Amino acid sequence: MLAYVARRLFFALPTLLAVMTLVFVLVRIVPGDPAQTILGDQASQEAIMALRERLGLNRPLWEQYVDFLQSAITGDWGASMVTGQPVLGEIANVLPYTIDLTVASLILGAVVGIPLGVWSALHRNRLIDYVTRIGSLLGLSFPAFVSAILLLLIFSIYLNWFPVISAGDRSDPLERLENLALPAINLGLIMAAYITRVTRSSMLNVLGEDYIRTAQAKGLPHRSIIWIHALRNALIPVVTVVGLYLGILIGNSVLTEIVFNRPGLGKLIVGALGQRDYTMLQGLMVIYTFIIIIVNLLTDLTYGLIDPRVKYS
Amino acid sequence: MTVAADPGAPPPLPAKTGRALLIAQALKAFRANRLSSVGVVIFVIVVVLALLAPVIAPHDPLEQNILSRLDGPSAEFWMGNDSYGRDIFSRLLYGARISLFIGVAAIGSAMIIGSAIGLYAGYRGGRVDAVIMQAMDVLLAFPALILGLVIVAMLGPSIQNLIIAISLTAIPPFARIARAPTIVVKERDFVEACRALGFGDLRIMVLHVLPNILSEILVMGSLWLATAIRVEASLSFIGLGVKPPTPTWGGMIREGFENILDTPWLSVFPGLAILLVVFSLNLIGDGLRDVIDPKTRTD
Repeated sequence: MLAYVARRLFFALPTLLAVMTLVFVLVRIVPGDPAQTILGDQASQEAIMALRERLGLNRPLWEQYVDFLQSAITGDWGASMVTGQPVLGEIANVLPYTIDLTVASLILGAVVGIPLGVWSALHRNRLIDYVTRIGSLLGLSFPAFVSAILLLLIFSIYLNWFPVISAGDRSDPLERLENLALPAINLGLIMAAYITRVTRSSMLNVLGEDYIRTAQAKGLPHRSIIWIHALRNALIPVVTVVGLYLGILIGNSVLTEIVFNRPGLGKLIVGALGQRDYTMLQGLMVIYTFIIIIVNLLTDLTYGLIDPRVKYS
Repeated sequence: MTVAADPGAPPPLPAKTGRALLIAQALKAFRANRLSSVGVVIFVIVVVLALLAPVIAPHDPLEQNILSRLDGPSAEFWMGNDSYGRDIFSRLLYGARISLFIGVAAIGSAMIIGSAIGLYAGYRGGRVDAVIMQAMDVLLAFPALILGLVIVAMLGPSIQNLIIAISLTAIPPFARIARAPTIVVKERDFVEACRALGFGDLRIMVLHVLPNILSEILVMGSLWLATAIRVEASLSFIGLGVKPPTPTWGGMIREGFENILDTPWLSVFPGLAILLVVFSLNLIGDGLRDVIDPKTRTD
């Protein structure tokens, strides 16, 4: 399996290189001079020129590109053009918040979505199935910021159960959980909607298989047929969808972080775009791509855990 | 020998061609799906309201009324007023025009460009296919919203640039969905027959392969229209949408969010509008998918 992981990562290199090139080109055609943005409208022409020189913006593009690749490979991602802090350091500061949010949403989505999908499949075309189907379709129709605002209004403002601003101390476990709860519920319920739908349809497929009929004929307990024999085989499409929708989850985390005023990659990228912070943007885009590549790899590895017949070659 | 017609039998139905029969069956199946019909009704109502906004809207969406700043819903202003005293209901109606226009234009162009790319890659195969799909994979490596964010920031926020940004994020999935069936269809006998008859590649692709993969592209189109409307609202909410004072749903939520503690309806009404439209499109997309792919049929 290690050889498989190494080979997959190796084949991801051209994609990463292409993405880095795209990122390099993209951030350089963003309108507006970053030096002007950093120094403000009142800055003198000399000050702007001096800053452009210091940031390396006056050098030929290809030189900037080679420098960019070299630095990225050696782990020196430069300093933020706005704060002057190392890009990697700034990303490392907020990454745990985004990972907390993503992992918590994923767990919540699976814990709610999988049983609901199985339940819905077992009660096909009954009232409970209709309600679940409409509910899950409604869930995935919610723009993340609309659901976030509704949750904020109900649970933070009217009921006062959770803090309005979710930017607390991460080292205190209780505070960390309190700050995580509402943003994670927001993204978790949207994720649950996707998982419910795919679990339901996958379970319906599996429940029609011959081996389920055999298990029933053998007199195996209904509970073990559903939760052990059927669900395990129904989970592969679920894992695929979770892997695919993780990209949507990461996108939605941008909106959730803004509404709940929570630190994270999303808030960092919106800030970097507003301030034309090229180096920060480059770093963030590469990190996003890297996360997607790792998620795809983990998705493939999970197949093997669920289904021992899956071979890595 | 001929068989005499039974005089009591009903007159024979006009024979339908194969494709017309298939479309009729598909329409019947779609209509039988009650949830999809609800989706169609909601969506049609929203489209009609948007088109008739200049007639229906009780106020000018840009007219400021300082005395009515942040007023709650009333008989004159059904959904209240925003921080400039503008009528939220009228802005909602005009905002629908922009959201729908951006969504339809972005997905329409993504559908045409993406399908053309996928069709070409799948039909040509080999190295051309590998290079094109590798490029699509690079675009797919970004989360759609993040890619949209960067493109709009790069081009500057305007209706045209939002269409370009959303369209660019949607092209790779359309290329993928068009490529997969093309690979299968191009091996079928009728395509071989077309080649033997000396038809050009373009003619075969457009007239003979495309109709066979069109249904899947259309299903995806309806689902992506929902995504496009959601992404447009999200970009406007982040501050990268159409510039104020033009009303857009995401922009209205953003403006309302600044006063969320005192006047929540500023954000709630446009939020519910987006939800309703996206939900109706998802209902339609689900119904269409069921008709086209009986394997995933939810009923």
